[in-house]
Amino acid sequence: MQNWIDSLIAAGEFGKHPPRDLVYAAFILVLSAVVFLGVAFPFAGIVSWVERRVWARIQSRVGPNRVGPNGSLQWLADGAKHVLKEDIIPDEADARLFKLAPYVVVLGFVLPWAVMPFSSALILADLNVGILYFTAITALTVVGVLMAGWASDNKWSLIGGIRSAAQIISYEIPAGMSIFPVVLITGTLSMQGIIRAQEWEPYHWFLFSNPFCFVAAIVLYISALAEGNRTPFDLPEAESELVAGFATEYSGMRYLLFFFAEWGNMFIAGALITTLYLGGWQAPQLSSSAVVMNVLQLLSFNVKVLFLVFTSMWVRGTLPRVRIDQMMSLCWKFFVPIAFINMIGTAVWVAIWPDGNPVAGYVMFALGVAIAVLFIQRVMYYLKRSRMEMYLHPTI
Amino acid sequence: MSDATEPALRTEEMTLNMGPQHPSTHGVLRFVIRADGEVMREAVPDVGYLHRSIEKIAEKVGYHGFMPYTDRVDYVCAMFTNQGWGMACEKLGGIEVPRRGEYCRVISTEFNRIASHLLTVGLMGMDIGAMTPFLHALREREMINDLIEELCGARLTFNYMRIGGVAWDLPPGWREKALAYLDHLDPILAEYNALFSYNKICIQRLANVAPISAEEAINYNLVGPNLRACGVKWDVRKDMPYSAYSDFEFDVPIGHGEWGTLGDSMDRYMMRIYEMKESAKILRQALTRMPDGPVLAKVVRNFRPPAGECQVRVESARGDQGWYVVSDGSGYPWRVHVRTGSFAAMGIIQKLSRGLMIADLVVLIASLDVIAPEIDR
Repeated sequence: MQNWIDSLIAAGEFGKHPPRDLVYAAFILVLSAVVFLGVAFPFAGIVSWVERRVWARIQSRVGPNRVGPNGSLQWLADGAKHVLKEDIIPDEADARLFKLAPYVVVLGFVLPWAVMPFSSALILADLNVGILYFTAITALTVVGVLMAGWASDNKWSLIGGIRSAAQIISYEIPAGMSIFPVVLITGTLSMQGIIRAQEWEPYHWFLFSNPFCFVAAIVLYISALAEGNRTPFDLPEAESELVAGFATEYSGMRYLLFFFAEWGNMFIAGALITTLYLGGWQAPQLSSSAVVMNVLQLLSFNVKVLFLVFTSMWVRGTLPRVRIDQMMSLCWKFFVPIAFINMIGTAVWVAIWPDGNPVAGYVMFALGVAIAVLFIQRVMYYLKRSRMEMYLHPTI
Repeated sequence: MSDATEPALRTEEMTLNMGPQHPSTHGVLRFVIRADGEVMREAVPDVGYLHRSIEKIAEKVGYHGFMPYTDRVDYVCAMFTNQGWGMACEKLGGIEVPRRGEYCRVISTEFNRIASHLLTVGLMGMDIGAMTPFLHALREREMINDLIEELCGARLTFNYMRIGGVAWDLPPGWREKALAYLDHLDPILAEYNALFSYNKICIQRLANVAPISAEEAINYNLVGPNLRACGVKWDVRKDMPYSAYSDFEFDVPIGHGEWGTLGDSMDRYMMRIYEMKESAKILRQALTRMPDGPVLAKVVRNFRPPAGECQVRVESARGDQGWYVVSDGSGYPWRVHVRTGSFAAMGIIQKLSRGLMIADLVVLIASLDVIAPEIDR
């Protein structure tokens, strides 16, 4: 990207001696606007619709189906409605912090898109510390949530904010530790570097490269649920306990921003796991054309991420919420030790087989397939059992 | 510099106001919580937000006219309040209800018990953060509502019973539909258990939360499923049979503390699941053995029971419901009092709440099956 801007400047597109910093700043502004409005927001909006439909299906409801085909434009209607609503700031609230908080949350959700590896070419900035940047920036959300909880001057909001801070900071540790095995294997923090170290076949993904990575991926997935305030860890906004948690006093657009960030964060968490463990954008070499390959890679990446997003919706539709002490003990008594073991185990593994064990991939893949088959069998059994006469013929 | 005898960081208790408008208080309830962070020192229930003077209204509208008002005492299981009022008046006036009328009462109340327990069980799911069980439970409850709607035309406030029996006989074809629903219910309960009750997180959330000992439960006057969950085998239907209950074979399930302590929230929750199965058992027997005959005894329009007082007890979905009626020989009762299970359950919350977490209070309220209109009447 920088090379391209440099070449444009050298070709005199912006006058003879343009101020280099200004041109860069202008490009960054334009690009962030494109990412923000063109990718992140529509994505979060569509995920909100998909989630409501999937959730409705799980709960045997219909869900939004009026605005647009199958209700697919519902998110636009909701967005317009929220933006047009009155922006209420409580008298007792700390107005400046209250107004700022949603933007901080949104910042934590928009900035990771800069290193989102959609395909081999489609990445805004392939930072050499990509993963580090990714985890650091997503943790910014906690500042916004805590700010919102404090500034609202509402006790329920405060409890929600504090819960969120405790939760996100705690789960950062197992999540960070679960990134480590992959970094140990590849020796790079760059998103593209990690993806290039894998191949498109599932048994060459890092998920199946060794047993420790397999466990680490599961730990990372659950920690990502916790960091994104998703069920079963949706304590900060537990509606039955804390009204709406940190968002209790918010209304209109500011309220919307919190939820956009939540839905967008589902994609971000999925992208992180896909990049690290599921082979990222790697796709079979079907064509020699770079454009076709990039489209294939884009598809491959998005399908994997959306599958993870779907599983998080599925989990949300199934599980109840844990209590705060149970959540903390799960993190500190189970995930942190397991993450440490994964890290040490992978280090030993890499020391023994520096180029990876060729057999382990196939064995672990077979194991993964066996688990998946068992799981699908169980799901099918329950699906079959739930088809009862009464639902098929409600008038008997 | 801070003094060595004082803690470096000053902390203070937080007073939280939970309700009357709060998503998980099951109506208009209010709790004043003194909390130390997430842990509660005490939660003091504040009742009276839903008081509608229903008992006083009885003194103004007469015996027949009060029947629709009894629906509003507990609108989640209105059949029981209907029956309680009907039984009290029949006892005062010395009226014999026809056998088929008693069977109709048993059938409608037991269906209502299943509906009420489905709602309780679903609300428990919602209160610990799982929306799906709630909506699945409501879906099954809708089918019962359909059945009852066919029976009496209403889905929530039934006004089905009359002094001396019930208003209408079962419509044609209703019996088959009801039996089909009962066949449908058993697998549903199994599915519900698989989905929610035996879920690891659910058991973790409910087991060992706010256990009540049998002695404590009796001292605090708990009734119904809440009492039986503590291991006390007391059911008015079995121990003081009324209506047609002496005709039927059924068990009275009690708590055993399989998941944690005896009488904890999980026991109280599971009690509802067990009772739905027992209700289905009673319903099957009642529907197959239904005698013929009228459903409503002849009662004069200007019903004037002789002066006196009476007390009847009905085993409602929320436990032993007592109706105390004093007649002075006129067309209007002199005094009516309803003793409800939810009001008794509210009394023990303050004691149990000490040392619980805020999230547990929600579980406690849901497990005691407190319904706001029944507390205040």
